[in-house]
Amino acid sequence: MATETLTLGKALNAGMRKALENDPKVVIMGEDVGKLGGVFRITDGLQKDFGDQRVIDTPLAESGIIGTAVGLAIRGYRPVCEIQFDGFVYPAYDQIVSQVAKMHYRSRGKLKIPMVIRIPFGGGIGAVEHHSESPEAYFSHTPGLKVATCANPQDAYVMIQQAIASDDPIVFLEPKRRYWEKGPVEVDQPLPEAYPLQAARVARPGTDATLIAYGPMVRTCLDAATAAAEDGRELEVIDLRTLAPLDLGQVYESVRRTGRAVVVHEAPSNIGLGAEVAARITEECFYSLESPVLRVTGFDIPYPASRVEEEYLPDLDRVLDAVDRTFGW
Amino acid sequence: MAKGDPGVSTRGRRAVPRSRKGATGDPELVQLLTPEGERIESVTGPDGTEYRVDFTDEEYRSFYRDLVLVRKLDAEATALQRQGELGLWASLLGQEAAQVGSGRALRTQDMAFPTYREHGVLYCRGIDPIMPLGLFRGVDQGGWDPNEFKFNMYTIVIGAQTLHATGYAMGINMDGKTGTDEGEAVIAYFGDGATSQGDVNESFVWASVFNAPMVFFCQNNQYAISEPLERQTRIPLYRRAAGFGFPGVRVDGNDVLASYAVTRHALDNARHGQGPSLIEAYTYRMGAHTTSDDPTRYRIASEVEAWQAKDPIARMKAFLVKQKIADDDFFAEVDEQAKRESVHLRERVLEMPNPEPSSMFDHVYPNGSPLVDQQRAQFKQYLESFEGSAH
Repeated sequence: MATETLTLGKALNAGMRKALENDPKVVIMGEDVGKLGGVFRITDGLQKDFGDQRVIDTPLAESGIIGTAVGLAIRGYRPVCEIQFDGFVYPAYDQIVSQVAKMHYRSRGKLKIPMVIRIPFGGGIGAVEHHSESPEAYFSHTPGLKVATCANPQDAYVMIQQAIASDDPIVFLEPKRRYWEKGPVEVDQPLPEAYPLQAARVARPGTDATLIAYGPMVRTCLDAATAAAEDGRELEVIDLRTLAPLDLGQVYESVRRTGRAVVVHEAPSNIGLGAEVAARITEECFYSLESPVLRVTGFDIPYPASRVEEEYLPDLDRVLDAVDRTFGW
Repeated sequence: MAKGDPGVSTRGRRAVPRSRKGATGDPELVQLLTPEGERIESVTGPDGTEYRVDFTDEEYRSFYRDLVLVRKLDAEATALQRQGELGLWASLLGQEAAQVGSGRALRTQDMAFPTYREHGVLYCRGIDPIMPLGLFRGVDQGGWDPNEFKFNMYTIVIGAQTLHATGYAMGINMDGKTGTDEGEAVIAYFGDGATSQGDVNESFVWASVFNAPMVFFCQNNQYAISEPLERQTRIPLYRRAAGFGFPGVRVDGNDVLASYAVTRHALDNARHGQGPSLIEAYTYRMGAHTTSDDPTRYRIASEVEAWQAKDPIARMKAFLVKQKIADDDFFAEVDEQAKRESVHLRERVLEMPNPEPSSMFDHVYPNGSPLVDQQRAQFKQYLESFEGSAH
């Protein structure tokens, strides 16, 4: 198998390129996705190679991007929509939640909306307000949508292709601060052999406690596990990959072994993914738990000014502090 | 409103061909049939387009038939709601001409994106009028394939469908399906209230810059539930099109012939690659917004009476009578058909079964979801736990 070293951003680009090559119905649309290649250059070069009918620079209106993509999907296209930043998705929220998510259900299965909504999400890049948000709970709470996020270049490459090939509407969250992180990518891996989109994966095996994360926090948890290992504590790290529907089989299996679980995400804790994961672990692993499931998250405040975002975002120390607390219970 | 010019004959083949503006006294309104049933040979729209229709007597009669049919079926649905058989009904009363005219202007290959009131358009597409009643009875939420009927599911969120229509029309361009008589076009329905929505304005932008082959068909029925037009706009709605860079025209929405002529022209322009246009069908919602509404709280009887005098069916009937295109036997036969079809509709509504409770878990995702599967199974188990129980 050919393995290339790619950044996460380049892996997404390569995955979309492959999707455009494989299916003439795939179209990419969004603000600045054409000549500019997107503000993060994730669609770099695609318009040049596939033309402006397949990689479409749209007017600057997010509801319009998603709403017209619904129409294209009814027409038989497979739109891949880019929302420029997490904080700009809300004008499209109605179209996503009331239209995209419900069309298949309302039509009793007769109409599919095979749409991917790509959103760079999360903080850590020193951006101004509205550029660092984690809106995953809003979408994960919506029946009819699937929500996925990648944590490394290999997953970015495969999962974006899986998402585009899927008939389900998928909100695809890209960990923007990890766009530049490099890793090996098997570029000729045939798509059907790759794992199903919803499967979680063990990112690092361990025996003493289970860290559960997704997107940008997987790297943080892996770093925490490396640090913990130096102190003789083996942490298992699980990358959820898909947030809706959650795939928690491996999480339960892990927590039954370790007895301790910490869920980590950048989004605020209140009614967040961590709450759902904790509740389900409690239901499924009650007699195995040595401590309550803890959450390490952003605070329940608006995303703060970037000069203090390092204090806001969960980091290695806060993760390890929570692990310590599970042992002190 | 001025009366039709008595100097103009009412029928094409007998008329002195003559075009004119302002047949109604309103220079902005395209009208081919006056409220008194006088036929106007042709009218020039604000952009110089000349509108005219040329129908056979049989076709004129069939327009009348459709108008009566959709009104009768609508009245039956209202009655069904009053009797508790429908949860809600959004009546088209008063808007029959705008819907029948525009609906019949669609060609087979054209695609329609309705609101929740386009029962008349649906009927003219040849679709069984029972189709949307499941939604209003509460036994489904649409449930049809838009592509099968070239008619999208009803959209309740105001204006959202205009973007879907625009995207679909962009797809027509991408498929290269414009530029000939067989070209495809899209019609997006919405109301005066919707013109304040962001989605509608965004769809204007999109359609314009992508030269989408579509017609924005605004039925200005003067009210968004209780709010009069003045709360939505300071200028005639059709003039908004100019700001977006495409033509706009106001048509007498109670004139089925003009509604047809204007829509057919706009659709044909679109299918030939000339891009979008906006039609403002100037009409009046004679009934309530829906069966849950009480219009006496916000409008006066004299206003309703004034519009009653412009009734779309009465004027068509007057025209047919004056021109001896139809006789009493014909009108009686149409009424009989309307009655028959409405009884048939009623019978079938009453027979609509409630869905199986567990079917609510179906079709959430094309590829399914373990979470939904789990909840379906738990729900089934829960129901089974009552089996054999006295309760």
